[in-house]
Amino acid sequence: MAVFNLKINKKTYRVNVDPDTPMLWVLRDHLNLVGTKFGCGVAQCGACTIHLDGEAVRSCITFVSEVGDKEITTIEGLSENGDHPVQKAWLEVDVAQCGYCQTGQIMTAAALLKKNPHPTDQEIEEAMSGNLCRCGTYTRIKKAIKTAANS
Amino acid sequence: MTTAKINFGRRSFIKSSALAGGGLMLGFNWFASLSAQGAEEADMPKEWFKINGYLKIGVNGEVTIMSPNPEIGQNVKTSMPMIVADELDVDWKDVLVEQAPLNTEIFKRQLAGGSDSIKQSWGGLRMAGASARKMLMEAAAKKWNVPVSEITTEQGILYHKKSGKKAGYGELASAAAQIPVPKEVELKELKDFKIIGTSQKNVDGHKIVTGQPLFGLDYKKEGMLIAMVVHPPAFGMKLKSFDATEAKAKPGIRDIFKIKTYNDDYKPQWCDTNSFTELVAVVGDSTWEVMNARNFLKVEWEPFADYKIAMAGWGGDQLVTVPAGLESTSDHSAKMVAAAANPGKIERKDGNPEEAFKNAAKIIERTYTAPFLAHTPMEPMNFFADVTADNAVLVGPIQSPEYMEKTLSARLGLPLEKIDIQMTRMGGGFGRRLYGHFMVEAALISQKMKAPVKLIYSREDEITFGIYRPAYHALYRAALDANNNLIGFHVKMGGVPENALHANRFPAGAIDNYMAESWEIESNISVGAMRAPGSNFNAVAEQSFLDEVAEAMGKDPIQFRLDLLKRAKENPVGEKNDYDAARYAGVLELVREKSGWDKNSSGKNRGVAAYFCHSSYVANVLDLTVENDTPIVQKVYAAIDCGIVVNPDAAINMTEGSIVDGIGQAMYGQLTFTKGKPDQDNFDSYRLIRHNEAPKEIEVHFVENEINPTGLGEPPYPPVMGALANALYKATGTRYYHQPFIKNRFE
Repeated sequence: MAVFNLKINKKTYRVNVDPDTPMLWVLRDHLNLVGTKFGCGVAQCGACTIHLDGEAVRSCITFVSEVGDKEITTIEGLSENGDHPVQKAWLEVDVAQCGYCQTGQIMTAAALLKKNPHPTDQEIEEAMSGNLCRCGTYTRIKKAIKTAANS
Repeated sequence: MTTAKINFGRRSFIKSSALAGGGLMLGFNWFASLSAQGAEEADMPKEWFKINGYLKIGVNGEVTIMSPNPEIGQNVKTSMPMIVADELDVDWKDVLVEQAPLNTEIFKRQLAGGSDSIKQSWGGLRMAGASARKMLMEAAAKKWNVPVSEITTEQGILYHKKSGKKAGYGELASAAAQIPVPKEVELKELKDFKIIGTSQKNVDGHKIVTGQPLFGLDYKKEGMLIAMVVHPPAFGMKLKSFDATEAKAKPGIRDIFKIKTYNDDYKPQWCDTNSFTELVAVVGDSTWEVMNARNFLKVEWEPFADYKIAMAGWGGDQLVTVPAGLESTSDHSAKMVAAAANPGKIERKDGNPEEAFKNAAKIIERTYTAPFLAHTPMEPMNFFADVTADNAVLVGPIQSPEYMEKTLSARLGLPLEKIDIQMTRMGGGFGRRLYGHFMVEAALISQKMKAPVKLIYSREDEITFGIYRPAYHALYRAALDANNNLIGFHVKMGGVPENALHANRFPAGAIDNYMAESWEIESNISVGAMRAPGSNFNAVAEQSFLDEVAEAMGKDPIQFRLDLLKRAKENPVGEKNDYDAARYAGVLELVREKSGWDKNSSGKNRGVAAYFCHSSYVANVLDLTVENDTPIVQKVYAAIDCGIVVNPDAAINMTEGSIVDGIGQAMYGQLTFTKGKPDQDNFDSYRLIRHNEAPKEIEVHFVENEINPTGLGEPPYPPVMGALANALYKATGTRYYHQPFIKNRFE
């Protein structure tokens, strides 16, 4: 066990956990930030996507000990009131079916648009293909990303 | 208006009284400190009055409608309350929705399965709204001392036009709650619907996009422990012994012990399907600690001998044999080929098919196969349980709560009324969460630990402890005469361990000489319903075969199907045909028109397919291109007849998702076994369709009619696979008989 001071959503949190604990479980079990989802545990589905210094990463394979001073943003910190352009676009397009993967999709999409505000269809496909949606909402996800890009 | 008798008695309505059932009732609020103050919470009324089991009205006119059925992504949490609200005659923006807990006294059929939620509840939901409206009208009539026939309503306001009096529902909610439930209610004419037929957004949308706790995996309670189970690594194996010394010494571990899911004398129900009934449970303080400690557990497994289970079936007890053995996909394939060569069980026979085939100028014979599939909902199996000597509280994702309550009652020795099941929004299910052994496991662990527990499966657990879609095999034969007329049709369908045959479905009824046979091969691999059971193979095999027959006959594939349906409509063969030929033809005609089939198909790799299942009709046209040896689905057209569409945009979403899912399963889905062990255990080896593989465009059209709504969760899933197979043929010149298609050529 070791103590870590983590910068998450512009606040500092102190946790005492095994250094090999993935950030996914630090967020979910220790900090009650459950918007970051568990889907596969091996970085194959993207449900656990968070931002580490603005980069989309899979929190299920990001050990707490690797984070250091880097700033973590989770879905809970993406915006104050759910009004990030990507979240608004997701509501406008009414993307979700079961909804479970969507926070991870939104985090990946938000990181994409930050780097590339007007992605082509192909760029959207490349960026989003690491995020699985078992309900098959991909066509709406693409539409929502384009909606956000145009807002 | 049409008058409908209230005929569901005490099961459907709690007799209301002003405060007994009313008062302020709060919905789930697991993390009050974390949840953002949403707009809905700001206007919460001070007092609610429960009008009936489905709804309560606040003093400010706000209405809370309980959504009775499990929400699995099919959007019933929005569409079911829409139906109540329309008959109640309120503005949708004044409606709050809550997920109802399991309550068999009030609600009927709280099940997510069979695409039946809306179909089976349509009348009940309408009456729940209409009867509450009537009670409000009677309360107003009483207060104003006027005949109830002179009271009208509009958008949550009661009017007596003669005297100019009016009052909001909230003002009369208290009085209405004391009015007896009416014996008859007036239902709206379809043309008067204001909410049904309009697109309303997902009621949980804001919570979903902000990551608020909605799912079972997100549920927490003070003092809750985390548990995982260890199951046999292969079907055909059982627990022999285990040594937990090292694992138990790991940090955060509370206990490790064996659990036995069912008692020896228990007769399992259908929802208790489960191959692994003796497990090792690992319990600790946090998920990571438990996952980690599990790796240090030393478990010995051993093969089991043949055994029999007495299952409590629909039509009485049924003795099911579970054969010993460590099965492999290669053995299954060989056994299926052998079984298909033998006569099957004749499920339907019209005319004289033997004679037709004997006299045929040409026989087309094709074999189709499909592998086992795992459900892989994105939210892995999990459940919260808090079991004490007196009662049990279970919270989590389950499609069949009403049935699982009985299983839990038997296993825990508690009466049904001491078991409280609360349903969370489900991160998908696709049938997997109909089989709730994980609830029993969670309950047993909680009972042993004397503490609240949340059981979590890893993705590997979920894929290797599956209740899978069976592996299927179908032999189709068509007899053509010298003039290329279809004179005989024969299907022989089998599977491990179940077949997919629907003997009375199209093209049965359209061909004079028809035979359907089935066979099955015993297996110890657990199988169950997966999205559109049976149909999810039938549609591909049959619709591919019909395409090939049409080609051999020199007919357009849509016209060929329409000709058969014309026959089935005008002069059906046999009596048990389970489809409506006119509605079936309707979707084919609609997709032909919308896709520009007759004038816009040249130069395109187009495939068509149509299928009927779960009471709805769907036809697809699919266009694809092949680039760098990779098929790219450019566009899919869907034409659907599911009767009245309650929430059109959500129905389109459901259809788009089904199409993506269908293409994914047909193209990539495959679970294979080696000596009883699944060869795939996570998304690196079990392949799901990804964003870049989805169709570039999907266009959905609904047949407009006034038929009561039928399901949409399953019907748009099967036919697209047939359309895909047929388009792949156009693009490559090769027929695709074996799923996953990618194995045929593209890899």
